[in-house]
Amino acid sequence: MYIYDEYDHSILRQRIAQFRDQTARFLAGDLKPEQFLPLRLQNGLYVQRLAPMLRINVPYGMVNSAQLRKLAHIARHYDKGYCHVSTRQNIQYNWPDLTEVPDILAELAEVGMHGTQSSGNCIRNTTSDQFAGVAPDEMIDPRPYCEIIRQWSTFHPEFAFLPRKFKIAVTGSTQDRAAVQVHDIGLQLVHNDQGEVGFKVYVGGGLGRTPVIGVAIREFLPEEDLLSYLEAILRVYNLFGRRDNKYKARIKILVRALTPEVFAQKVEDEWQHLKDGYSKLTQEEITRAKGFFTAPAYEQLDNAAAQAALDAQAADSVAFGKWLQRNVREHKIAGYASVTLSLKPTGVAPGDITDSQLEVIADLADQFSFGEARTTHEQNIVLADVKKADLFALWQACKTAGFATPNIGTITDIICCPGGDFCSLANAKSIPIAEAIQRQFEDLDYVYDLGDIDLNISGCMNACGHHHVGHIGILGVDKSGKEFYQVQLGGNASNDASLGDVLGPSFGADDMPAVIQKIVDVYVANRTDEELFIDTYRRIGAAPFKEKVYAKAN
Amino acid sequence: MQKLIKDGQIQADTWTLLAKAEGEAAAVEVPAGQVIIPVAVWHAQKDALQQRTDIGVWLDSDEAADLIGADANRFPVLAVNFPLFMDGRAFSTARLLRERYGFTGELRAVGNFIRDQLCYLRRCGVNAFAFADPETNLEDAVKSLSDLQEYYQAAVDQPLPLFRRRA
Ligand code: HEM
Ligand code: SF4
Repeated sequence: MYIYDEYDHSILRQRIAQFRDQTARFLAGDLKPEQFLPLRLQNGLYVQRLAPMLRINVPYGMVNSAQLRKLAHIARHYDKGYCHVSTRQNIQYNWPDLTEVPDILAELAEVGMHGTQSSGNCIRNTTSDQFAGVAPDEMIDPRPYCEIIRQWSTFHPEFAFLPRKFKIAVTGSTQDRAAVQVHDIGLQLVHNDQGEVGFKVYVGGGLGRTPVIGVAIREFLPEEDLLSYLEAILRVYNLFGRRDNKYKARIKILVRALTPEVFAQKVEDEWQHLKDGYSKLTQEEITRAKGFFTAPAYEQLDNAAAQAALDAQAADSVAFGKWLQRNVREHKIAGYASVTLSLKPTGVAPGDITDSQLEVIADLADQFSFGEARTTHEQNIVLADVKKADLFALWQACKTAGFATPNIGTITDIICCPGGDFCSLANAKSIPIAEAIQRQFEDLDYVYDLGDIDLNISGCMNACGHHHVGHIGILGVDKSGKEFYQVQLGGNASNDASLGDVLGPSFGADDMPAVIQKIVDVYVANRTDEELFIDTYRRIGAAPFKEKVYAKAN
Repeated sequence: MQKLIKDGQIQADTWTLLAKAEGEAAAVEVPAGQVIIPVAVWHAQKDALQQRTDIGVWLDSDEAADLIGADANRFPVLAVNFPLFMDGRAFSTARLLRERYGFTGELRAVGNFIRDQLCYLRRCGVNAFAFADPETNLEDAVKSLSDLQEYYQAAVDQPLPLFRRRA
């Protein structure tokens, strides 16, 4: 994991002093609210329905046990004893006191954490694959590049007042787990014919009111050119992105307005001036960044023996077997596995986590996974490097702590935004809908039989819950002051990214579990052996689903 | 006389800013003395103004640096305007004037930028700050120039990114 040096720490200290002063000037009336607004957003502070909300960056999801303990401490002392893992791998606090925020930030800085650029019209936290560095299908570890981007984008003087927020995601595996095609810039690490490392560059993806799948504007960008090319894209966007209408200000609108070809040409022209400048990465720097993400001290383990022992334990305990099946995945090192801790037990807001749970995860990370954990954009937490021989003990600890729900990747592993319970922009509640659907699908054997299904819920069209790219997406809508829910089918966030199609008229909250049940019934009735929901939908289309869901009850 | 911050010092502002006028840029009357004129007026009246050394040019946020381009160094002063402080185009424009067009004279921010942007503006090559808001306390504003003193990325004031300087 990247460890801050004296430079990183001093940059952060200067930032906190600056924000402390800005907050004091605001409270004293010397800084107007509209002037303070972007400044506080760039330090992670929103003002919400019930209280401020503070968003803390977890760069590309990597967090260590000391940081987890600090997050727990902040939840306990400055908030209501819990926080929330967001769909951008960050941590959010829902009840901080504005006057205490500089203190919270100062405490976080002790462990190298901050809320810098976690909101506002600037380059946000760069996200990545939660299995980076350990996934068997990984070609190139994205984390060193994410860290290089983190440093470049932090306090970038030219790009702090962009037309809109700006999100970058990086993946290095054959299977995209970072949803790169729905980001402003998506970077896919690839090798070229000569075996050199570089990026396939997507731009103009994004969700929100106008969802768009990104387009590739460059098939191969050499790794040394990463920063100069990003700089060129951002400059074109900063200068030409629309500023007259915030709903049309995202880069996706610019790319469409110009056409991807013209946009790409503008970027290339700009880049010609920048590519051989000082921002060109040096091999020393790439090597230095990689040095923080070397393999931990893995032991030489006998995978066959470990697997045999696991199989025996699973035969003994059905519950353990289920957890192994859903929450544990293969690791590239023999005898190791990656474990996802589910933050989705029924009845808890998806992604919520308490102070003591954070401390348990810190302890488990220390005990079983080299002191590190990762947040996921599906709002769970991963321990990436667990010995197979430790899985049984880890499972027991997870059961006690409440995150052994064996539902990862299933229909009850719901991505869900805070919705009307917390968010001032919501059209409808989303957390109770998630809970009602979880209750509808309580029978685990049935849920497993359904296989992988992404069900995503957003409380409004801003799409924080990624409803457009859920295989089943649910969107809260407002009809003359009443809350309704629109259903979309066929979205997908991975390699063959696609946006869901609206099924038809929306439903009341009470109808939702039954509606989702009918959709699932149509899938079960039509699927071929082993066919996943998304594939059945793509094969048979929306009509059979519509027919069933909107059939007159008689 | 108005004051501004230049090179970290509070000074009298000896230049006047000619606002954009309605109608034809060719018809605008450019007064005598040190005056910073809209870029459109410069283009329309280039022949007449060629000889003057007391002319500067300002760019609005939607006017690109290449409207001045290679002419940059014929002016003692260039300015970039902030119609709203949230309109960040001037940051890119300033860098382009310095880095692409090699401008070495006074580059000033004008308009509705705020004190909290000074540090970033300086990094983008702006060395003079003429606030539109007359209430601005310039003594306090000067302090913001040094809010951040170490940087990760390359910019005008520090062309070497930290990764090329890190010990
Ligand atoms: C509670 C306060 C929140 C507010 C006020 C808020 C506000 C917004 C707004 C205005 C957008 C608009 C995007 C657009 O127009 O492009 C948005 C998008 C988004 N928000 Fe939130 N949000 C909140 C909470 C969250 C949470 C809790 C998450 C994660 C769980 C989240 C993750 C996202 C994501 C991923 C998008 C992406 C849309 C895209 O890719 O374009 N937000 N949010
Ligand atoms: S999708 Fe809408 S309701 Fe949900 S968190 Fe985002 S802005 Fe709020």
